[in-house]
Amino acid sequence: MNIIGPDLLVFGVDDVPACHEFLTAYGLTAREYSPETGGFYDSLDGTGLAIRRRNDPSLPPALKTGSMLRLTVLGVTDQAALDAVAAELRKDRQVLHLADGTMRCQDDQGFELAFQITIRKPLTIEGEKVNAPYHPARPVNALGVTQDMPAAPRTLSHLVLFVPDIETAVNFYCNRLGFRHTDTLGGAGPFLRPQANPDHHTHFFIRTPPYMQGIEHLAFHLGGPTELMLAGSRMMEQGYESFWGPGRHKFGSNWFWYFKSPLACNVEFDADMDTHDDSWAPREAPMGPEASQAFLMQWRAKWAPGGGPKG
Amino acid sequence: MLCRVEDLDEGAARGFEVPGWRAKVIVVRKEGVVHGWRDLCPHYAGGTPMAWKRDAYLNGGRTHLACHAHGAWFDIETGVCVQGACLGKRLTRVPLRIDEAGGVHLDRPPREERP
Ligand code: FES
Ligand SMILES: [Fe+2]
Repeated sequence: MNIIGPDLLVFGVDDVPACHEFLTAYGLTAREYSPETGGFYDSLDGTGLAIRRRNDPSLPPALKTGSMLRLTVLGVTDQAALDAVAAELRKDRQVLHLADGTMRCQDDQGFELAFQITIRKPLTIEGEKVNAPYHPARPVNALGVTQDMPAAPRTLSHLVLFVPDIETAVNFYCNRLGFRHTDTLGGAGPFLRPQANPDHHTHFFIRTPPYMQGIEHLAFHLGGPTELMLAGSRMMEQGYESFWGPGRHKFGSNWFWYFKSPLACNVEFDADMDTHDDSWAPREAPMGPEASQAFLMQWRAKWAPGGGPKG
Repeated sequence: MLCRVEDLDEGAARGFEVPGWRAKVIVVRKEGVVHGWRDLCPHYAGGTPMAWKRDAYLNGGRTHLACHAHGAWFDIETGVCVQGACLGKRLTRVPLRIDEAGGVHLDRPPREERP
């Protein structure tokens, strides 16, 4: 099934201006924003988030847990892929075809889903290039970093869900929608990628009690580790609060930096994730600090040696 | 002294560093009473700080203290988690003392904590 990954995540929130402030600081571009009704927050390729008021009548029903995620819109390659998803899901659930061309249903645990022909616009800007000895990747005289270089989220990467039942989630995404299983963190859950996307994961599930069901975090890809470090540092300098990172995960190899948010979930910058194909054999490691990262660092304000000894 | 009562609006929360403590103290005023809580969400062992931005400890409706990692809500007066990841657990209270001039202090001098 030719699913690419999340195009849009829709949230119903209590404090729209706070979400606007946070998401624009994070580097997304606001569109059609009003403090009363919310707006869209786009990354460079057009994927992104929508923020609405919790009681917005256009939103599908909320989970009873307080999670603010209301709808996950998955992009597929073309009309044939959309038809294939619809044909599969119509077997055992209601599938609505909306006027905007999207298809609506629920997964097996009550998360609201939509499918659409992807709105992603492929990007021409290049990724970060690293000069290694004897293997320079940047042209001569090209700079690796400047203080004001752009560090905008390029595309919606993945979402992580707290789910009460991992088997039900895996069965739905793998056996019904054809997702591939890349790796597993034992005690937490599996990393999944859809067939039309080589990224290590677009979905990850964490087993929790039912009262926690909801979104744990979402992430956008940046152009490389330097952009990630710059984007996160700019957040820190403005008083936003890191939850975890910067660091580099082992499974997926992605650099990470998570920030707490007024969306009731963490919002992550990620960069340089592994890609896989169907020849990949899934690994498994027990969830914990060792398996979760190759290294972990903590931000500090700019400092330089100098000034000499006191007195 | 952490702050003055008059610097705290009714229903507002602020976070203060305490030298030697690895997490801030949240000072929040509700119905005229000033409460102190450790800035440590009990969702994960050891606790993690809760604001999404400096001093942004309240949920969107300003009804509860919230951890903005996963949206847990805590009763401002009792510290009990009423919704979300740490349901039934509670924040750690920091006893406060208010002097005659309205200065808000830790009731006991802070003991050194290991980071
Ligand atoms: S860390 Fe506070 S709700 Fe998860
Ligand atoms: Fe992530």
